[in-house]
Amino acid sequence: MSIIKVEDKLYQNRYIVDENRPHIQIKDADVCATQCKTQPCTFCCPANCYSAEEDGKVNLVTDGCLECGTCRVICQDNGNISWNYPRGGYGISYKFG
Amino acid sequence: MVEKFDAIVVGAGPSGNSAAYTLAKAGLKVLQIERGEYSGSKNVQGAIMYADALEKIIPDFREDAPLERHVIEQRIWLLGDDSYIGTNYRSDSFNSEKPNRYTIIRSQFDRWFNEKVREAGALVICETTVTELLRDANGKVYGVRTDRVNGEVHADVVIMADGVNALLARRADFQKELPPENVALAVKEIHFIDPALIEQRFQVKDDEGVVIEIMGKVTGGMVGTAFLYTNKESLTIGIGCLISDFKEKGITPYKLLEDLKNHPVIKPLIEGGEVKEYAGHLIPEGGYKAVPQCYGDGWMVVGDAAHLNNAAHREGSNLAMTSGRFAAETVIELKKLGKAPVASNLALYKKKLDDSFVLKDLKKYRNLPGIMHMSPQFFGAYPDLLNGAAHDLFTVDGVDKKTKENKILKSFVKRRSVFGLMGDAFKLARAFR
Repeated sequence: MSIIKVEDKLYQNRYIVDENRPHIQIKDADVCATQCKTQPCTFCCPANCYSAEEDGKVNLVTDGCLECGTCRVICQDNGNISWNYPRGGYGISYKFG
Repeated sequence: MVEKFDAIVVGAGPSGNSAAYTLAKAGLKVLQIERGEYSGSKNVQGAIMYADALEKIIPDFREDAPLERHVIEQRIWLLGDDSYIGTNYRSDSFNSEKPNRYTIIRSQFDRWFNEKVREAGALVICETTVTELLRDANGKVYGVRTDRVNGEVHADVVIMADGVNALLARRADFQKELPPENVALAVKEIHFIDPALIEQRFQVKDDEGVVIEIMGKVTGGMVGTAFLYTNKESLTIGIGCLISDFKEKGITPYKLLEDLKNHPVIKPLIEGGEVKEYAGHLIPEGGYKAVPQCYGDGWMVVGDAAHLNNAAHREGSNLAMTSGRFAAETVIELKKLGKAPVASNLALYKKKLDDSFVLKDLKKYRNLPGIMHMSPQFFGAYPDLLNGAAHDLFTVDGVDKKTKENKILKSFVKRRSVFGLMGDAFKLARAFR
């Protein structure tokens, strides 16, 4: 079976990207590498914003973020995600919703 | 000088729009703040809109609201690997003058509703994110801070309608973080398609619509459901499961959605459509026991932000609209009596929720979320067993019916054991009583 590319799905969406001002941040990259074995953000995020790096850390790119909140909920035990909404007017802008 | 309002409503979804509209209609000075480009631009739902809740706010909404199709048929399908077993309820009586429910497209519907809020006299400001509540030394809320320059605004009362993540209430410590087992992640797509194909595939005409709620194999053994709804010129298809289950199973949500779309009984229904959007959203599913404190000194919380969602019946926007209306009516009644919006007086809002279907229904199913969370067999094994049973019964192959019955019974006992079956029956009875 072919790999599903979520990028193709996100391509349909309208985003107003706030350049260089990510609304979600990983607080401490070492916590992902040393204290989080399963790294659920890398497979639960519906926009695939989180990817596992070779050095054990997790890379976050928020451009395709759907602002759902899954990553914050899933990371609450480690509390390693700083989660805010984008500035007013930025981020996902649903045409249909 | 900081501007002061009678009330500030944060958010412009169904609960926020209902609250702001009701307040403005009563002549109060209302400010509504929305972080998206327009009301609806951040909002996601299946979506089914229940007429009754909106009628109580805007009785003649049918005249100009952007409605898709009125629902004349509800299907509930349990999917097997390549089959479904289920129930359909279709009635021509749903083709009445005032149909009971409609499919809607939320960004269009919310935008329409918000226009009504403006017409009623509220000041609506979009593209503005509220970052925190303003509180005095005693903790009383007296306004909000936004991300605008000089973005402080004051009000007698703040109604938080900021959705499932409820960041404002959590930051103020009015609520704890959502436990992963109390919240579902749903993903969906909208497929534009020739209306003639919708009519043909779903046996509908004009503005008639069909909704299908789906359980079974497609959720990969997780607690969750899927749906397929007919709009005028499009279909929405989606699937959602508890975040705790996604975390445990290691399944990606978009893989789940693709599997659903490729299921042999679903695929022919959506074939030929063009995907125009992919959305993801959380759904509060913890039920009655997860409803937080929903009022305090100078504040109330409504809709998804107050965890008001009936997962058992797939109802949410009606609870949102009703809670928004109740919060507004509480403010209006207190103002008439000259009473301050402090916690002891705002308790009236909770009473309104308690006395209505909103909390009565959630209370009725208070044990359901916990039981379902611990019982994935209702979402995996049983749909499978029922499909197998139907397949055996409907295959005429020379085997006598008694032998077939025994085989079916054995399949159930093998999968769940006698005690397991009895326990499951008890659980279901307890969850739905």
